[in-house]
Formats: sequence, structure tokens, C-alpha cells
Amino acid sequence: MDSMKDIEWARINKDVLGSLETPRITFWIVLAVCSVLVLCGVAAEVYQYNNGLGVALMDRPHFWQLYISNFIFWIGMSHSGTLLSAVLLLTKADWRKPIYRFAEAMTLFSILTAAFFPVIHLGRVWNLYWVLPYPDERTIWPNFRSPLLWDASAIFTYATSSALFLYIGMIPDLAICRDNARGWRKALYGVMSLGWMGRAREWIAFRKTYVLMGCFLVPLAVSVHSIVASDFAMSIVPDWHITSFPPYFVAGALYSGCAAIITLFVMLRYIFKFEAYMTIDILEKVAKLTFAIAMVWNYLNLSEYAAIWYSNDMYEHEVLIQKFIGPYWPVVWGMILCSTVAPFAMAFKKFRQNLWAMFFLSLVIQLGMWLERFQIVSPSLASNHEPWTWAVVWPGLVQLTITAASFGWFTMLFLIFCKVFPSVSMYEVKELVFHHRRVSARSELEDLGKEKDATIRAQEGMA
Amino acid sequence: MGLKRMLENWSDFRKDDYYDNEPYMWGMAIDLNKCIGCGACATACYAENNLPVVGKEHYSRGYAMHWMRIERYWDEPDGHADIDIPEKPDTPMDGHAGIPQTDVVSFPERGAHYIPMLCQQCNHAPCEPVCPVAATYHTPDGLNAQVYNRCIGSRYCGNNCPYKVRYFNFFDFWEEGWHGESLPHPLELQLNPDLSVRSKGVMEKCTFCVQRQRAAKDAAEDAGHPNYVEDGSFMTACQQTCPTQAIVFGNMKDPKARVSKLWASHQVELGRTEQDKVSDVRGYRVFGELNVEPCIMYMDRVRNIEV
Repeated sequence: MDSMKDIEWARINKDVLGSLETPRITFWIVLAVCSVLVLCGVAAEVYQYNNGLGVALMDRPHFWQLYISNFIFWIGMSHSGTLLSAVLLLTKADWRKPIYRFAEAMTLFSILTAAFFPVIHLGRVWNLYWVLPYPDERTIWPNFRSPLLWDASAIFTYATSSALFLYIGMIPDLAICRDNARGWRKALYGVMSLGWMGRAREWIAFRKTYVLMGCFLVPLAVSVHSIVASDFAMSIVPDWHITSFPPYFVAGALYSGCAAIITLFVMLRYIFKFEAYMTIDILEKVAKLTFAIAMVWNYLNLSEYAAIWYSNDMYEHEVLIQKFIGPYWPVVWGMILCSTVAPFAMAFKKFRQNLWAMFFLSLVIQLGMWLERFQIVSPSLASNHEPWTWAVVWPGLVQLTITAASFGWFTMLFLIFCKVFPSVSMYEVKELVFHHRRVSARSELEDLGKEKDATIRAQEGMA
Repeated sequence: MGLKRMLENWSDFRKDDYYDNEPYMWGMAIDLNKCIGCGACATACYAENNLPVVGKEHYSRGYAMHWMRIERYWDEPDGHADIDIPEKPDTPMDGHAGIPQTDVVSFPERGAHYIPMLCQQCNHAPCEPVCPVAATYHTPDGLNAQVYNRCIGSRYCGNNCPYKVRYFNFFDFWEEGWHGESLPHPLELQLNPDLSVRSKGVMEKCTFCVQRQRAAKDAAEDAGHPNYVEDGSFMTACQQTCPTQAIVFGNMKDPKARVSKLWASHQVELGRTEQDKVSDVRGYRVFGELNVEPCIMYMDRVRNIEV
């Protein structure tokens, strides 16, 4: 039986507000590790900034490497937050209510992580703002034909919209926090809750805005990752120039994002003691969703291979064959093992309901999806059109450090968010409980009625 | 201002033959029969264009800045070996020197094919549309120009170039190539004052010696014929240095220019595919099937394999 359905409203407030005060000791350990990782990354970036991009060990055919694959990975991860909160909001799937808040936070912070990578990747970071279409005295505009410019616009739009979506959805909860907090927290929540009093008019406006934002975010999210896919699909590099890349990227994004939601689900449940809210029932539903998306992704992956195989393009053939038997074979086969084979474990109910098994599997899937991004970028460059430049390059220490730091940075932001803001939506969980009560009360009444009828009928029969 | 001008001339911009009325269209023809792979062109390019010498280690990592490079290709061995080459070349250039990474231990006597590879100044350049800041663009005289000052180093152009002839300044080579110092005196005097020394984080590539073109155009203007540079009145550095005169450079809009005659005699034409050519002419353009419209024609090497 789902324990969440019987929670008292007052307890919801108490539990969620308590999560802001007393997390398990693991919280501080993870936070410390993440901060150290971030510091290492900053050191690596300073080193790279001072010496030039050569220290990252990219070279001539490999002009792009881990920075770009990390960029796709993090942008991809942000997509599931939108899926979970906006799509499931519009389709009225109630089980999203206890977990959508942290999924939205995940969206925002993974965009903030992703946004670092094109910057770190640039040869002359200090001129980054030239990518933005701002009016200047030289009347020089950026090149609107370049997918990188679309990227810059898409990231800005997406980051702004998802930050707004997260914030708007949080306002009623911030008001609850304001009413219960002291000290700096009271001031913070007081400003951020915008004077929310819970009047009917406020709720109506709130609901309208929230649903509208949801409607806006769904197509936006799809377009953002399609644009990221255009970075590759618009080029003429063999095995990048593929028409099916945009849907393939979107599916991959949702896939790795759903896996990330499972990881964070288990982490939050443990660290902030949310056992009563993040139930196994919800975990199973997320697992089912992940499984479905995994199948879509696999289908698109296979159709991409098929399209290349039957295309009669010798350059693309070469890259495809080199992917599987060339120097990057561990990456490609690792991806297939982690993202194609492993998710079939989710076909079993027992597995779906096992918390730690799902935690492990979600990490495996994310590893697979990270490898997938790497195998999109590197093997194509390694066997490009020009055989004279063929070379195999593996990422160096600087790139790997910055990659590790990005994971630290994301987790750090995320944990701080969960410590400062309510990571379970209080008002929506209350709605869920209320809804359940009403339904169950009605059915109880109906049962009583039936009993009464039966008794009357029995008495009539006796008569 | 910029926007207004753009709107006024919109129809012009949309035309396919936007640059058709320009007097210049620079092109090249390289005869591979004449190329002996000596590398003089590459050396001349280093001297003319202020290219940094990156040193052995950087070269082996693929950081070399040779705008002009000699690529070497060997035929597949056809049974009998004439020269034995050790299985593992003991140079650190493994994978970058053009030595095929196979188990082939011997090559036929005929030796390598050489092909000088430089920026092909494509008319449908794949590098141009992808630059986010428009640092690379097409000039009216058919050059694929790179504006170093505008470049922010996103390196998308380098990926999208099928010839891989764009070179990125991974380090401040002029600073660090000399053990952390800038050029020791008097070596800085060898730099060409007609063009800049590029700093780290910038993409660079062959310009068809644009500084010499400008000088020649200026001279033509002073001589009273502003839109006509006489064929052969200036040469690119590689052309000037080639001992076998394998490289011919000139204005393809000028029907009397040697390069135009060569292109015509080999039935190579901009905007035309290879398919309707007769088979016994040697001219071809590298990766013509990608439809990037390169401005360099190569003339295939012919060998008498009976000898």
C-alpha cells in the first residue's frame, strides 16, 4: 500500500520543511567532494586559459572532443526535467507531483553546467560575447547561418524559461516556507514568495501561468536539442551529416535525463529522508517511462546505422565500420552494453521495484549515454574525408578533470538548491492526498450505500 | 547602417552570380606529374606567411601549422617487395606522417605519390556558413578569407573542412616555441611585415598569398589599369619556389591566363561535375563529389607501371 496517500497535511509541511534543516551526514560529505572537484576543474581551466587549448590534447582532425560531448550530455540531461514537469503536467499524470520539483531543478542546473562547455571550448574565451547579436558601433553581426549561434540563442532561451518555470511553480511553497522560517531564510523566502497569500484569485492566475509555461516549454525543449543536433547534422563531416540526428538527439536526451532522475530520486530519498513521498510506486513509473524511451532511442540508433549502411556513401561506411572495429571500439561497444542491453533489466517488475538496483542501473545508463556522446564526436573526426589526417586521439588529463568537475558542479548546485528550497512540492502533494481522500471517501459512501441496499433487499426477501 | 544597406541590396545578395561581375577570381592548377615532393613550397610558405615552427613534439601531436603540406600516399603493394620499411617507424609521427597504419611492411619501388595540399578556396566553402562570428567569409575575388581578429576559436570550420587545411593555434607558438621566450634577436627580423603574427586560439589557413595579391592590384592601379593584373606579374610563394614549376596560379576570369587555359584544356570548370568529362584528360578537383567547388585543379600523375 502506498504510504503517501495517508499523510496528514500538517505532516507534509513538517517533513518537507525539515528537509531544509537536517539532512543526513552524507549531504555534507557529497557536498565537500563536489566542491573539491569543482576547485580541480577551475585549476585545470586556468591552466588551459594561460597555456592555450593545446594542453587539452586535441589536435588537427580532433578539433572538438570531450567539451562538446559533455555539452550534449548536460543539455540532454536537462530535457527530462521538462518532460516530467511540463509534459506530465499537461497529460495530468498525478504521480509526477512529489518528484517534479527536483526534476525541474535538475533541468536548470544541467543547463547551467552545459553552458560552461562551449565557453571552455573556445580558443579565445574573452571574445565570447561576439557570438551574441548585440548592436555595436562596427555594425558587425554574428553569422546567423551558423548552428553555433542557434545554440547560443537556444541555451539562453531554455535557461531563462526553465528558471522561470521552476520559480513560478515554487511560489506557493515559498510562501509556506516564509510562514515557518526565521532569520535570513525568512527574508529570502519573503522576497521570493512575492507576497503570496493563497487567495483564490492568486491561485487562478498561478494555475493559468503555470500551464501556459508548460505549453511553451515542451516545444522549446524539443527545439533546443534539435538545434544541438544541428551542430552535427548541418556539417559535412561523415557520420555527423545525418538527417535523423534531431529526433535521435531528443530521444537520447530524454533517455539519459530519465536515468538521471532515477539517480537523483534515490539520492534525495536517502539524504533528505523523503521515504514517505518518493515511493517505490513512483520509482516504478519512472522506470517504465525510462524503458519506453530507451526503446525509442534504440530504434532511432538502429535506423541511423541502417541509413548509413544503405546510403552507398563510402566515407560514412568507413566511419561506421571504424566505430565498431576501429580504435574507438571500447567506447561504442560500451555504449551498446550500457544503453541497449542493460535497460532490458527494467522489463522485470522485481528489478523496477528494487531501489538500489535501479540506482545502479541508472548510473550504468548514464555512463552509456555519456559514451554515446563521445562516440558521436570523436570517431567521425578520426576517420574523416582526408586520409592523410587520420589520427586517433584520446582526451587528456585537462579535459578529463574539467569533465569530472562538471559533475561536481552540477551535484553541488543541486544539493545546495535542495537544502535551501523545498525539493518536494508541498502544495501539489497535498492536492494529491486531497484528491485521493475525496475519491476514497466517495467510494466508502458508495460501499455503505450498497451494504444498505443489500440489507434492505435481504430483509425484503425474508419478508 | 549595416541593416539598411543589406535591405537595399537584398536582391543582389540573393543572386547566385553575386560575384560574377568582379574582375578577379583566383585559381590554381597543380601538376602532380611534375611534383617531386621536395617540400620547397611548404618551406616557402613558412617564410612568406609567418608560420610558426612548432617543433618535433608538437608536430607529432598534430599541431603543425603548415598551410601548404605535401601528403604522401603509397600504392597498395602488388605482390613483390622492393624496399623494406620497418614495421614500426621509430619516429614519433605515428599516424600523422601519412604512413598507413596497417601491417604492410614493404612498398613497391615506385615510391610515394605526392600531393601538395593547401586551402582549396572553395566557392561553396563548408567552413564559411558554420562560423558563429562570420570570421571566415568569401571575398569578391573568390578567396575564402579568414579574419584573425574576429576569430574566437570555436574550431567548427576546422571540423567542417573536408581537406583539413585549417590550422588552429593551440598554443602561442611564437612565444613558446622558443623555450618560453619570444623570438630571440635578430630572428624577429625574418618575419614578413606584410601580414600579422597570429596568437593563440585563432584559426588560420592558406590565403593564396593575399598580401602579394593586394600589392599586385595596387601596382596595377598605379599603372593605370585598375581592374587588370597581368598574368604572371606576381606569384604565390609556393609557385615561386617550386623547382619543377608544378604550380600555376592566376586569375581565372582572365581567359589569357595560364591557369584558365590549363583548366579549359583539362575540361575542369567551376560549377561542373566530373561526370561528363572525357577520360583521357588528367585534370580533377579533390573531393569534387562533395560539391564544395574548390578553386584548385590537380592534374593526375601518370605512371608507366610496366617499367
